[in-house]
Amino acid sequence: MSSARSVATPDPARSVVEQLRERVAAMEHKPAAQRVPTLPGLADLVPLHAGATYAVDSASLALALAAGASRAGEWVGFAGCADFGAEAAAELGMELSRTVLVPDPGDHWLEVTAALVDVLRVVVLRPPASVDERSAGILDSRLRTRSAVLVVHGDWPRAQARVAVERSSWTGPAAGTGRLEERRASVVVRRGARPPQRAELSWPGVHLVDREVLELRRASG
Amino acid sequence: MRVLVVWCPDWSVVAALEEAEESPRSPAAVLSANVVEVCNGPARDEGVRRGQRRRDAQARCPELVLLPANPDRDARAFEPVLSTVEDLRPGVAALRPGLLAVRAPGSWYGTESDAAATVCQALVESGVWDVRLGIADDLFTAEQAARTAGVQSWEVVPEGASASFLRGLPVHVLQGEGQQGRDLVSLLQRLGLRTLGDLADLPGDAVEHRLGAHGAAVWRRARGQDAALFAARTPPPELDAEVAFEPPLDSVEAITFSARTTAERFVAQLARHQLVATGVRVEAESDGAVCSSRTWLHPRHFGARDLVDRVHWQLQSATVGGSLRARKDSGTVRAPIDRVRFVPEVVEPAAAHGEALWGAASDDLVERGVARVQGMVGFDAVRRPVLQGGRSPAARQALVPWGERAVDLRPVERPWPGRVPGPAPVRVFATPPAAEVLDDAGRTVAVTDRGAVTGEPRRFRLGGGVLPWQPVTAWAGPWPTDEGWWSGGAGLTARFQVVGADGRAWLLVCSPEGWTLEAGYD
Repeated sequence: MSSARSVATPDPARSVVEQLRERVAAMEHKPAAQRVPTLPGLADLVPLHAGATYAVDSASLALALAAGASRAGEWVGFAGCADFGAEAAAELGMELSRTVLVPDPGDHWLEVTAALVDVLRVVVLRPPASVDERSAGILDSRLRTRSAVLVVHGDWPRAQARVAVERSSWTGPAAGTGRLEERRASVVVRRGARPPQRAELSWPGVHLVDREVLELRRASG
Repeated sequence: MRVLVVWCPDWSVVAALEEAEESPRSPAAVLSANVVEVCNGPARDEGVRRGQRRRDAQARCPELVLLPANPDRDARAFEPVLSTVEDLRPGVAALRPGLLAVRAPGSWYGTESDAAATVCQALVESGVWDVRLGIADDLFTAEQAARTAGVQSWEVVPEGASASFLRGLPVHVLQGEGQQGRDLVSLLQRLGLRTLGDLADLPGDAVEHRLGAHGAAVWRRARGQDAALFAARTPPPELDAEVAFEPPLDSVEAITFSARTTAERFVAQLARHQLVATGVRVEAESDGAVCSSRTWLHPRHFGARDLVDRVHWQLQSATVGGSLRARKDSGTVRAPIDRVRFVPEVVEPAAAHGEALWGAASDDLVERGVARVQGMVGFDAVRRPVLQGGRSPAARQALVPWGERAVDLRPVERPWPGRVPGPAPVRVFATPPAAEVLDDAGRTVAVTDRGAVTGEPRRFRLGGGVLPWQPVTAWAGPWPTDEGWWSGGAGLTARFQVVGADGRAWLLVCSPEGWTLEAGYD
């Protein structure tokens, strides 16, 4: 490989032949469920599939979903995120030299996002107040042909999964003493009509704290 | 080979003034490391000189406009000048921003003086006020001739007269070549050589012996024997493809069907040169005249099918009229078409567009995609985040315009006492919105000069009064800082980490002007 190319290493946990087959299928424009790398803490909870859209309701979740791909050597972009926290992104292992920001795309947000989807692997978008079905459809077809992932911070008409923070708490500060140390958030993932999945994540670093326990607790109570 | 050199003096200042939207006649200087790098005529009249320190320059000329150095900006601003000259004479070589060379037009414009007048007029009409031209046998003499010419004027050194023209010039004209040139000028002056003629009269082997290879090159130049060539842009190979219809066709379907094989040939021909087209102009001719012409850009690169689609859209929009894709430049097709031509406008190496079996898009591809976004929303709207040192989260990062180098960054590795510990906030607001924080008694919480909090924060409100009050479940701080007191800074500010009832944490700042929301941990 030439040095002009940023190379993502294949996922060691899966078979090389299978991954190559996915890649070739994507090049032939066949619908393929190509996997996009995620942070280890999110790999089981929200596996990212190329060509899909994911809606999140918090900036830290959007950042965490993009960070895995960036860490694996992919290019990522943020459109409409005027309040991008570069230091938090770097703490998650995001490579800032492979990050493109369009803080304020204005009225051209759809065109800008479509152009970013063409060349980047993961694009985080904070859309304006309302998004109609048609705009979403245009981006969806573009995502599938370019095998990119769109993470929407906000509402989106057709998302493969919606990830929301239900409850969150911080440890560290009390009444004037200490400092912010660790954040625990219980996250719910909704996929169409399937029953919602819940899990507890912890920051910094995005780790999966417990998932089965929560599910068992739900099943029993 | 006769050479025409176009010189725009003090180009950095011209470009910077234009960017800063200042009057081009105001005295201005471009500074680098607090030293005047370039200054313009009005500033020179006031006594400002290159190499002066900023304070000295301001003392000589208090109304001096100070501008930062930026080589990228200079080159960017020079591009229209290049293309203006290129319209008149192909094969332009940009020597550096503000200086370009081109083979002098022969007898096309009449005499060489007429040619210089034509180029000069075109440049002045395009908005470049101070332009000087020189024509001579070689590059060095032509540049010196341009430097002796007046504003919007030209100097023609006749063929074979280079040596006699250069004889009279003082040696300090060699200063323009950087440190090496300045050292040489100083040495020559100490040796008692005042003009280029004095240098040219010395025996060549003695000059090479005493002054080295650079001195020998200068000696040859001073004798009018400059061998330097400039690399002009080579015209691209002929890649157009066209198809003629006999008899002319008037149905869009028939035209697109017939253009298919030509489109395939066009793409294959590019592929033989290892190229792909990303911008193609489609021209349709009717009765021997171009009646419809439009440039199409492709997000990736054109295949044969894409081209046929573009022909269809262009001709259909022209015939139907008023459809979404119809643009002003597409022109209407009323008469039967007898020729369709594909002209590649932007071609790029195919290797940059190939998809890797492993890994991400190639960096070139990303650069192109981002350039397209810049074309849509503007050069400054696309940013690259970088980290830098500082105390507040907003100061610890910088968003650099894509394609520019980050300059004046504060070092990250210094300790920065007073900065807020803990994980970095995910949301950092560039312009902090106002907030309110109250204590038990309903008074606004403040911080005394000694850094003590006047009351315990109990409830807070974000969004400038739009969002409801929420209780403070936990808080930490204050982290007081007093930044920029030597230049009228914000005064004593203190940062607080505040956790609301919904479990979200915020970084609030208490300054003498009131509370603001600086960042969110979301």
